Parts: sequence; C-alpha cells; structure tokens
Amino acid sequence: MSEQKPQSQTVQTTGHAWDGDLQEYNNPLPVWWVYTFYATVIFALVYWTIYPSWPLGKGWIGGVSDITYVNSAGETRTHSWNTRALLLEDLNRAAITQKPYFDKVAAMSYEQIAKDPDMSGFILSAGKSLFAENCAPCHQAGGQGVIGFFPNLTDDDWLYGGSFDTIHTTLTGGRRAYMPTFSEVLSGEQIDQLANYVASLSGIGHDTTKAAAGDALFHGETAACYYCHSSNAKGRKDIGAPNLTDNIWLWADVPATDAAEGKVAVIRGVIANGLNKGVMPAWAGRLSPEQIKVLTVYVHELGGGQ
Amino acid sequence: MQTGLEDQLGLYQKRIPIFTRSVKGRFRRFKTSVLVLAYAIYFLLPWLPWSRLDTPAQAVLFDLPGRRFLIFGLTVYPQDVIWLALLLFIAAILLFFVTGLVGRAFCGYFCFQTLWTDFFIWIEHKIQGERPARVRLYRQPWDREKVLKVGGTHALWMLASLWTGLTFIFYFAYAPQLVVDFFSGQAAAAAYITVGILTLSTYVAAGLMREQICTYVCPYGRFQSVMYEPETLAVHYDARRGEAAHGRATARAGQRILAERHEKGLGDCVDCGLCVQVCPVGIDIRDGLQYKCISCGLCIDACNTIMDSFEFPRGLIRYDSEQNLASPTPAAPSVHWKRLKSIGYGVAVVLMSAYLVYSVATRGSFDRAVNQIRQPLYVVLSNGDIRNRYQIRITNKATQEQTYVISARGIPADALDLGNFREITIKSGHSGLVQASVRLSPAVAAQIQRFELVITPLGKPAEANTEIVRFDTPGKRP
Repeated sequence: MSEQKPQSQTVQTTGHAWDGDLQEYNNPLPVWWVYTFYATVIFALVYWTIYPSWPLGKGWIGGVSDITYVNSAGETRTHSWNTRALLLEDLNRAAITQKPYFDKVAAMSYEQIAKDPDMSGFILSAGKSLFAENCAPCHQAGGQGVIGFFPNLTDDDWLYGGSFDTIHTTLTGGRRAYMPTFSEVLSGEQIDQLANYVASLSGIGHDTTKAAAGDALFHGETAACYYCHSSNAKGRKDIGAPNLTDNIWLWADVPATDAAEGKVAVIRGVIANGLNKGVMPAWAGRLSPEQIKVLTVYVHELGGGQ
Repeated sequence: MQTGLEDQLGLYQKRIPIFTRSVKGRFRRFKTSVLVLAYAIYFLLPWLPWSRLDTPAQAVLFDLPGRRFLIFGLTVYPQDVIWLALLLFIAAILLFFVTGLVGRAFCGYFCFQTLWTDFFIWIEHKIQGERPARVRLYRQPWDREKVLKVGGTHALWMLASLWTGLTFIFYFAYAPQLVVDFFSGQAAAAAYITVGILTLSTYVAAGLMREQICTYVCPYGRFQSVMYEPETLAVHYDARRGEAAHGRATARAGQRILAERHEKGLGDCVDCGLCVQVCPVGIDIRDGLQYKCISCGLCIDACNTIMDSFEFPRGLIRYDSEQNLASPTPAAPSVHWKRLKSIGYGVAVVLMSAYLVYSVATRGSFDRAVNQIRQPLYVVLSNGDIRNRYQIRITNKATQEQTYVISARGIPADALDLGNFREITIKSGHSGLVQASVRLSPAVAAQIQRFELVITPLGKPAEANTEIVRFDTPGKRP
C-alpha cells in the first residue's frame, strides 16, 4: 500500500471534495460500452425506418418494410409490416398449398377419394384438424361421443344412416331429434312395462310379464311407439328414431350399470321424460363445401361408414 | 504491493506473426499427401455423378427439403439418426484411442484448421517467397511490391475461402445447377448466408488467426492433453543427447565433428534454430512438450535434414515417449498399445464400427409405425362385437415404387378389415397411411390380448416386418 500513488494524481477527479479529502473519480465510460451505446442508437434508427414504430395522430409510422400476399380470393394485399399481417400471409400461403387438394376433393367422388392413397392421407390429416376444430367439442377427439348426449361416430349404428350421402346431409343441414314426454299420457306402471319390453329387445334381464304388456303398449295406439321406432323396433333412419334391438345405447346410459334393475330404470327415465336435446347444428354456412366433403369422408372412415 | 489501475494485464494478446520456413522430409510428405487426399475428396465429391431413378444424379447429396441424405447407393432418412450418433461416438473414441497412442496426430495431420492453414501458408510461400523474403517484406514500408504481394496473397486466400464455402453448399443441392444459380443471383438466401459465413471464417481462421485457433479457441487441443500418458508417443527433443554436459553449441570450427563435440562435453544440437523456424505454431520444441504443439512433425524433418548434413545420427527430435526418454537405457521408440485404456478404446471402436456396418447392411427397405387408435380404445358394435383400430404408416425407403400387403397373425382370418387398402402402393421416399380395424366377438376377444400385424413388400416375403399390437376390450384391464 505504501508504494501506491495517491489516486487523485493518476485518475482525474470531479474536483469536488467533501469532508476534507473525500473525492469523486471522473472515470470515462469504457470504450466498448460507449460504442455499444452508439450502435444501439443506430440500430434503433434503422429499426424505426423499417418497422412500425411511433404513433402518429390516429395512425402510426408504418415503416418501409411491408408484407404482400395473395388472399384466397386471388387479390394481392399489401400491409405495412406487423405480426398480424405476417400471420395472414402464413395462413394464405397454407391455403394456397392446400387448394390443389381441396380442388381434387371437389372434383372426385367419395368412392374415388376413399380409394386413392394420396387423397386418403390428405383426408386423414386435413379431416383430423377440421374435426378437432368443429366436431370434437361434442363428439370428442376420436369421434367416440358421450352416452346421453352425443352419438358415437366410430360404431356401426347410425341414427340417420352411415352412407356418404346421409353423412353429408347430416353435416350440411344439421339434425334435430325429438321424443315426446310420456309421463303425462302413460301411468307409471305402463312406463315400467314398456321399459321391460325395450330391455327384452336387446337381451337385458327383464320381467317377462311386464314385457308382454309392454309389447302390447308398444304396438298399440295407447303409447304408439311403433310410429317412430317402427313395428320391429329397429327404428327409422329418415327421422333419426334409434334402433332399440341392438347393443348400442345413446340416450339411456344402459352400459353404466351392471344390475338389470338399474338398466330398466334408466330406460324408464327416457320414456317418462322424453328427449329434446338431440341437436346437431347445420354446417352449410360455416364450412366450405370442400371442407364438408372432407369431413364426410373422414367421419365415414372413422370406422362406421356404410 | 498492489498493481495500479494503469498497468493491468490485458486479456488480449496481440498475435506475433509467424513466418514458417518450408522443409522437406517424411512428415512433410505425409502431411502433403493427407492434404491432397482430403482436398480431392472435399472439393471433388459434390461433382461426382451417380445415377438414380428419380433424384438428382449427384453421388453425395444432403437433400434437406426432401428430408433425406443421398450417399452413393445409400439413402439415409432422419429416423436413421442413430447412425449419425454412432458415427460421432466412433469419431470421439477413435480420437481418444489415437491420442493415447501417438498424441495429437489429429491436430498435426488431419484437422481442417491445420490443412487449410497449411494450404494458405503454401499460397503465401508461392507469392512472397521463403521465410527470409517474407520477413523482409513484413518489415519494409508499404511500397508497390509489398502492396502487390500481400494484396495478391490475401486475394488468393479469399478466393480459396470462397470456393471452400461454395463447396460446402454444393453438398446440399445439385451442384452444377447451384453454381449457376449462385452466380446469377437466383440461389436461396440461405446459400448466400452460408457461403458468406464460411468464406469469412475460413479466411479469418486459416489466413489471419491460424495457430491462435488451436491455442485459444479449439477445445479439442486442450482436452487431448489429459489423454497423454507416460507411454504416449509425442514429438520430443532428446535433451540428454542434444544438451549433454555443457549444452548446445553452434558448429564452429573445432566442434563440427561428433567426436570433437563429445570430447568437449557439447550436445548434438548445433543450435541452428531451424526447428523453430519451421514450426507453424511458433514454439521451440527444445523447451519440452508444450500445449501449443500440434505435433505436426515438421521440426523432426527440419532437425533430420541438419543432422544428415553434419552426418550426425538422425532423431535428435523424434517421436518418443516420456517414459522412454527418462529411462537410463532408452529403447527404440515404439507404440505401446498393450495398455488397458488403449485396448478398451480399440475394442469400443471395433464394436461400434461393426454395429454401424451391421445396422447399415441390414437396414430394411421400408419403415413402419403401427399405432393403436386410443380415442376410443375399443368400440362395441351393434351385435356386441368389439372393434379396435390401428393406424399403420409405411415409409418406402427403397429407390422404386413398392406395393405393401398387410395381414394379421393370431386372430381369425376374417377379423382384419383394411377398408380400401388391402394393398397399398407407395412412391419411393414417400409415406402411406392405412387404417386397419379388427373386429372380434366378445368370446374370442376374451382370449386375445395381443396379435401380430405383418407388413410384407409384395414379392419380397423375406423383408416382411412384424409388429405386435394390443387388442383392448371393455372390462379388460391392462
């Protein structure tokens, strides 16, 4: 320490002194720091010229950089650079890439699409994203539906038919299913008899005496179930009346309970209260015809197509 | 004592220019042959034609947009990344193995930094002359001669750097087309950026920084030093012989003959300084083994030349081990491979190379991925049957179109439904998707946990691939 020169002789000070000898260095900023600072200033000036920067009245300074893209209508649009325009450019580029495929979809028949390996690959990926965006909220990601609410699209049972054409009709125009409330016209005993009869149709444990009485009610004019479900109880696809003889349940959650008593009880509930929730929205105005066609094939190929 | 602010040591040391003298000898010849071979491969390979069915006729082409790497008759896809991993492992272990035996042989003879520096020095030598001429040129003021010679050197370096960068991008596109596109301004931006960066870095690394790269930048040089062992062969100066009792001395009259020198107690080193003048990293090997030494062997060549001219025995500077040099009775230097470490590395290199060769030789002509559809895992059909579905993706890795047949083993014959694609034809390098569904009655399903899906290229039953998949039913817990 003794050999050290007094600091004030080697480094310039500000000239102020406090408490007798307390001084302040006047060290210059490091050179690298100063030049970095100048560089950032120049960078900012360049940035302001190229990209949107300052607000100006009701608008802003747009900068010289801009984004040009061709939209789906074939019009060329130019925006000053911003991230929204960047997104639009991306979306439109993707749309242009997809267009030849959608054009092919429009030109080909359903059978041709389903048999072409290239197109079926496109349907699987494009259909998957369309389905996820529009259909999955109700029918679930894999199309498996929810018992009591939304039909399963992967099984072989269709309310309105599982051919390409009927699926297309369902998608385009939507569907609305309705079953009247029977608690007002039938007694509790009659409803129980009907429920036992319906259970007997798909081989669920039931009371045979009650089922026989239910059979008469089903085909008679008192309950007149056969109007919609038809006399063989296999339903009518033109009005979406379900087939009661198979193992598939949509409205009554029969598979949920193991005991026969419980299964009959849920059927009883559906007959008594009726149904007014089978609503499938119409997609004609919301999706393009090509998109609906892609979805038709996709849903058909989910496993249940007929 | 405290150091004042004003005399702090800088972290940057200014480069001291090195003017290497050219030399002839065994190691120089070896270095030159490695250089010529490496350059021939690197610069000519992209121009080697190779006929293929539907791809550019270039022997080695890294087709990034097509996500494949065409290497002669082999097509490598991204899913073969394990080969790259193996190759890197082999390279690393090989480096350890060689360094343990003969020191930094990679640095001295094979490293691209060494090769390019060597080439750049050769250009410098051709234009500016031998070492004394270059030193004179360096010291003289910027006159016409200096501007022309130094400018010419740098211009040629730039040209060499540019072609190095260009050659690199030739590996990524059809070279004859790319070279035209590049100079007509039609190549992709990535091409210009890559060439720009590589030209600049080659010029800076091989022309301006040279040994500074090895000394300050390169991590390999540093960590190779920990692989040295007493048995490792390295470039050494035999101090016992060179210095003797009274040290090295110039070959003045009266001490030109070996017998005279030994009588006076002088070492064999005539202190000509040639070993220092030829050194590309500017060290004096007589100071002992140093971290800067890239063991290029040029000082051995230089010393041997001098020894020959004085008719002294060769090998004052030679490849030898620390152990041997220190022993009272030094034997002839030899490679000591009979050590656990060396044998271990050697075995590892052989095993991994064998596995790589095996893996490449037995690669399939197609890839398959079978995924059971999980949403839903199973579907109960109207008659009570249970259905599981599987998505099969087949990638054709062969060079021609191929049809694939999908079948199943372990389930009844009629259970597998492939919809429209019982056979699927896929173009070379493309993928195809098939949805397979399997339908079993509850009684059969209860007995089947797993079954096999078999994918067979049509007409090539030997290349069939089997995938074991699950069959899920309600109530059956995994």
